[in-house]
Amino acid sequence: MDVLTENWSLYGKGFLGTVELTVYASILALVLGFVMASFRVAPVGSLRVIGTVWVAVLRNTPLTLLFFAVLLGLPRFGLVLPFQVFAVLALGCYTSAFICEALRSGINTVPTGQGEAARSLGMSFGQTLGNVVLPQAFRSVIPPVGSTLIALAKNSAIAGAFSVTELLGTYKTLNELGYSIIWTFVWIAVGYLIITLAISALFNVLEKRWGVAR
Amino acid sequence: MAVDPLIELRDVNKYFGTLHVLQDINLTVGRGEVVVVIGPSGSGKSTLCRTINRLETIESGYIAIDGKPLPEEGKGLAELRAEVGMVFQSFNLFAHKTVLANVSLAQLKVRRRKKDEADQRSRELLERVGLASQADKFPAQLSGGQQQRVAIARALAMDPKALLFDEPTSALDPEMINEVLEVMQQLAREGMTMVVVTHEMGFARSAANRVVFMSDGRVIEDRTPEDFFTHPESDRAKDFLSKILKH
Ligand SMILES: Nc1ncnc2c1ncn2[C@@H]1O[C@H](COP(=O)(O)OP(=O)(O)O)[C@@H](O)[C@H]1O
Ligand SMILES: [Mg+2]
Repeated sequence: MDVLTENWSLYGKGFLGTVELTVYASILALVLGFVMASFRVAPVGSLRVIGTVWVAVLRNTPLTLLFFAVLLGLPRFGLVLPFQVFAVLALGCYTSAFICEALRSGINTVPTGQGEAARSLGMSFGQTLGNVVLPQAFRSVIPPVGSTLIALAKNSAIAGAFSVTELLGTYKTLNELGYSIIWTFVWIAVGYLIITLAISALFNVLEKRWGVAR
Repeated sequence: MAVDPLIELRDVNKYFGTLHVLQDINLTVGRGEVVVVIGPSGSGKSTLCRTINRLETIESGYIAIDGKPLPEEGKGLAELRAEVGMVFQSFNLFAHKTVLANVSLAQLKVRRRKKDEADQRSRELLERVGLASQADKFPAQLSGGQQQRVAIARALAMDPKALLFDEPTSALDPEMINEVLEVMQQLAREGMTMVVVTHEMGFARSAANRVVFMSDGRVIEDRTPEDFFTHPESDRAKDFLSKILKH
């Protein structure tokens, strides 16, 4: 029980590390996922190919392998960045593939006739996507995007294995200090719960506000 | 009548995989002309309509609007589509926007009109199709006939040179068909160039300059309504007419 109060700053650092990873990687994943989803429905064949390959590669690569590839691979090509940035890159890119697919399935819920109507009025692909398709797709993608970001928060634990400061990694130090492993993990779990419940709550609010079909 | 051709199709061929849906189509629609396209289901009427504003691409042939060949892609194509309105069987109103916003959207985005200017034009058009009082409702709150009239107003908002109608009344309950046909009759009287795929023979007789009969991807007959309905030449047209005129 004392493990939390006696190691407040260690837990705090780990917790903040996980929050940072989650927030930055989420932003990256949402932006990239949005771009890739636009590519996948674009009228230009080469863009569709890029989107499809992006999703196929990232969604089917184990995240740990991706971490190895980014953290060990990129420095080989002369790209040396702090480990935390590498971790955000790996997590963000990986998750963007799932965001992309969630967005794309949302786009597919919008009847194609509405897109055709917009195009037949002379609206460009971008205008059609931005004014007709995405505003309607947005409503149905709120829940799956929420789940994807919760998964991201939990996946961030892998970064600990690559010496990035984050919540799960605190157990090593605490274990060496001789604290009960059970209580150490209980408090770590509570930390993750706080983060995932916060994401959940945020997406519940978004869904209440925009998710209801008229 | 076709002295001043607005829509021209020459030797147009279109395939869906191995299915040859449009076979050597030649069709000219003069300015101010109303052409009704009829024919059995699957004969390629919708596809024909959709190739005219390039919602479907063609494999060979030539299509021109007002003397200009259809652009392949991009800005030129978008500009051309703004000139040719389309009304669909399933209305295709933007479900997340009000009736007024449906009519205004493309005016803002494509014609770059100011918001109040666009909204004023939209209200005029809604008035014209008898829906001024429904401006602030959402499409789902309207009947099918009302939705289709909004769709017509939306197409008119671009000040198109021609309008394409793909079975505009086929999805409607019988009591709503007339309110839509009346709007179309009015447009025809005002001189709008129209290509109308429909099985409404009353409309064809009273509003059309020509009837084009299609079967298996070909134009079989292209004549005045009186001629076509009283003396169909081909067996396929006779057969088709005997089936639809029974009920
Ligand atoms: N997108 C498509 N892909 C494949 N076949 C299609 C497609 N659209 C229409 N067809 C086929 O092309 C033929 C003509 O269709 P259509 O133009 O819709 O006929 P109509 O409007 O006269 O009923 C039909 O056999 C139909 O099944
Ligand atoms: Mg059809």
